[in-house]
Amino acid sequence: MQSRNLNMDSDLKPMPDVDTDPAATPDHVTEPKISVKDLCVWYGDKQALHDVNLDVEENEVTALIGPSGCGKSTFLRCINRMNDLVPGVRISGSITLDDQDIYAPKVDVVELRSHIGMVFQKPNPFPKSIYDNIAYAPKILGLAQKRVEMDELVENSLKRAGLWGEVKDRLSSPGLSLSGGQQQRLCIARAIAGSPSVVLMDEPCSALDPVATATIEELIDELKENYTIVIVTHNLQQAARVAGYTAFFHLGKIVEYNDTDTLFTNPAMKKTEDYITGRYG
Amino acid sequence: MDKVGLEKHTSKQFDIELEDIREQVLNMGGLVEQQIADAVRALTEGDGALGEEVARADYKVNRMEVDVDEHITRILARRHPQAGDLRLVMAITKTITDLERIGDEAEKVGRMAANLASKEKPSSVFRQIETLGRHVRQMVRDALDAFARMDPSAAVHVAQADREVDREFEGVMRQCITYMMEDPRTIRQHIDLVWAVKALERIGDHATNIGEYIVYFVEGKDVRHISIEDMERELREGSSVDRG
Repeated sequence: MQSRNLNMDSDLKPMPDVDTDPAATPDHVTEPKISVKDLCVWYGDKQALHDVNLDVEENEVTALIGPSGCGKSTFLRCINRMNDLVPGVRISGSITLDDQDIYAPKVDVVELRSHIGMVFQKPNPFPKSIYDNIAYAPKILGLAQKRVEMDELVENSLKRAGLWGEVKDRLSSPGLSLSGGQQQRLCIARAIAGSPSVVLMDEPCSALDPVATATIEELIDELKENYTIVIVTHNLQQAARVAGYTAFFHLGKIVEYNDTDTLFTNPAMKKTEDYITGRYG
Repeated sequence: MDKVGLEKHTSKQFDIELEDIREQVLNMGGLVEQQIADAVRALTEGDGALGEEVARADYKVNRMEVDVDEHITRILARRHPQAGDLRLVMAITKTITDLERIGDEAEKVGRMAANLASKEKPSSVFRQIETLGRHVRQMVRDALDAFARMDPSAAVHVAQADREVDREFEGVMRQCITYMMEDPRTIRQHIDLVWAVKALERIGDHATNIGEYIVYFVEGKDVRHISIEDMERELREGSSVDRG
């Protein structure tokens, strides 16, 4: 059974060893797009996140790094309430998007997810045409009334995802006929077609070759003009290349959150240093 | 080495590569130190052959710089060093540049020693040059010891010694000027002497730079182009790094 407790005043007590080191928060994040306070997540008896506090700055790329099982994907999934679907999950603390509590009882999850797009590890286009993959969400959300408006929306989304030039002559071909890198860009185009302000990416390049990865990274850099991006990656170089801020997770806690330059050249915490220099474990 | 260790990477091969490169730097430092000692001895004892030998041997220092550079390029390409590893690699690339330049300065002193060997020399200046030479050599040795131990506090001592060396340099310059005014026929040889003394003074500057790179590696703080007092303050405040 799924049970959630979304109130700050819940009887779920914060862990006593919450990381309160001032070095764990970059001091120049102002007016965060997403603000996470004292987030705890349990899967059954197992606590996956311990009092996580993190502010995500608008129109920036924030990378989440850490060893497998450290809670970074759990954290990412909490931002668009995907963990709601996991049986036995309990969540406490708060997450606000533009100062609105996304776990408030009145929040419509479908509406919420239209503001927060998501891209997964493996490209997962619908078994539909390229056009329909992009048009699917706008159709449901009623973003385009006329065919010409929808055409325009599809074109813009594909352009923003850097895929238009490659697929404009075969929009009716199946999305699955594209290469892996193209499929992932199609998924990004699909994620942004619903006009979200935040795009979550869960290891978006781990199934791609270096060239397709470079294309996606270039795209991420362009997308941050219009979107706030949170990306989970196991590739430390990728975090260093694309992110303005990086958070290092370990055993369900944030060890260090800082601007990427500092975190990769002079991390404040030894655990971070050990992880990024390959001394971990 | 307690603060920022070079050990215990998951990849043992990476540990070996970093240890190798550190050893190469220390070997290069040892050679450079010997070059300074020989160059100063050649100058003060009027041993022209030794001076020429020092000038000829500079190619060994240059070759070591190229070897370490190649090694570092390979590490950057293959290992993508981060954090402390990255700072170490940066510190090493800069250190070997300074060591190579120290080698060049020793070469200059060697050449001047060869030029001056057959000429008459005022003994009081040479005593001062001997002292200056001993001091800059000690500075290089201290900087290399600090590098071997990764001891940032030693960097301050090297910087302080550089102040002393600068004062000694001024003293030798004053004496040379006095001799030149007294007997203009010695201007030629005194100009050679001034070149040599200036080269020794520059060695002190390079040793100071090496100390600063060690601070950068260990503490992650850039202390170049600041006063010794500020450097001391930075070190007192210590690293912001929680080394656990």
